[in-house]
Amino acid sequence: MDGMLQEIVAKYNYWIYVVLMMIGFYAMIGKRNLVKKLLGMNIFQTAIILFFVSTGVKSGGGIPILDKYKVLAEGIDPTQIVNPLPHVLMLTAIVVSVSVTGVALAVLQRIHREYGTLEEDEILERISE
Amino acid sequence: MKRRLERAGGQQLGDSSIIKTSVRLLVPFVQLFGLYVIVHGHYSPGGGFQGGVALGASFILLALAYDLKTSIRHFSEGANALLANTGALIYTGVAALCAVMGGLFLDYSALDKLIPLGPIEWRSFGIFLVEVGVGLAVMSIMVSLFWDISSGGEMDEGL
Amino acid sequence: MKALALIATVITGILLLYGTRDFPAWGDPQSPANRHLSPYYIENAVAETHVPNVVTAVLGDYRGYDTMFETVVIFCAGMAVASVLRRNKS
Repeated sequence: MDGMLQEIVAKYNYWIYVVLMMIGFYAMIGKRNLVKKLLGMNIFQTAIILFFVSTGVKSGGGIPILDKYKVLAEGIDPTQIVNPLPHVLMLTAIVVSVSVTGVALAVLQRIHREYGTLEEDEILERISE
Repeated sequence: MKRRLERAGGQQLGDSSIIKTSVRLLVPFVQLFGLYVIVHGHYSPGGGFQGGVALGASFILLALAYDLKTSIRHFSEGANALLANTGALIYTGVAALCAVMGGLFLDYSALDKLIPLGPIEWRSFGIFLVEVGVGLAVMSIMVSLFWDISSGGEMDEGL
Repeated sequence: MKALALIATVITGILLLYGTRDFPAWGDPQSPANRHLSPYYIENAVAETHVPNVVTAVLGDYRGYDTMFETVVIFCAGMAVASVLRRNKS
């Protein structure tokens, strides 16, 4: 038990992301309402984005905006600056998530216009009629 | 539409002179900040995506405080489509121009043959050109997403 | 149905938590994600592009293709929403 507690404290960030991901995943597969499914997907994406950004952290590292002339003259120690690569990847992932949310909301509005409801089982009923 | 009017007591939601006046004062500063974020992306946190979203948010704010027609009057549908296309075209155009000038696709240092600034300065300036394209595209697409989704494609009255 | 979803969620969570036992600790400068490519970017981005913000340099120059198709993706999203929702005015 003591070892497990230490494990949790040392890697608490992963526990937060996994719990967030579980919330999103449950909303995606357990809920019947399509808007709730979409919200679950957004929570899932947030968990993934947080996970990626946290992989770039270096303890004691500075922000990846450097002093141009100092770096040109003296160079820089990479362990003193946090990893910029996950930031770039997640910047693009956020934009994709906005696009996906927009398209999904549009499709949901279209479904509501066709069937008059956003509940999954009611839509399936109306399709089978 | 009817339910919303009832809830607001016969008055349209957001039809308050405090909100309207403060938004009218705020929108130019939001736009200025968006331009600053795009242009200053080399030296501070920022860039095309963030600045584009800030610029788009200013028009969305206008549409929320007044109504959708007002924001369309300030930023017409034609201009919106034109700017979205221009933004995507600036990016791909700069990239293709690099290839035409004899470098690799997206290798901005090849543009040195066009205006001699030095290959490394051109890489810095090429990033700036590309960010402007991204900002334009993101701004217009954000505004058009809001218009379409909030009005259900009717483009007459939004939230 | 909801119980099944809950069981699936919990099993996925437990598997992922089991996987995190092999992950590097928080803020480890020697973790695999920090060792291969990013030191090159941090050391050479300023000298090669003259842009002090490394994130912008990587976004606009080293990963230019990524950002280009990113713009294309968001453009396609706008077109898709317009074509799904808008009706013919005539």
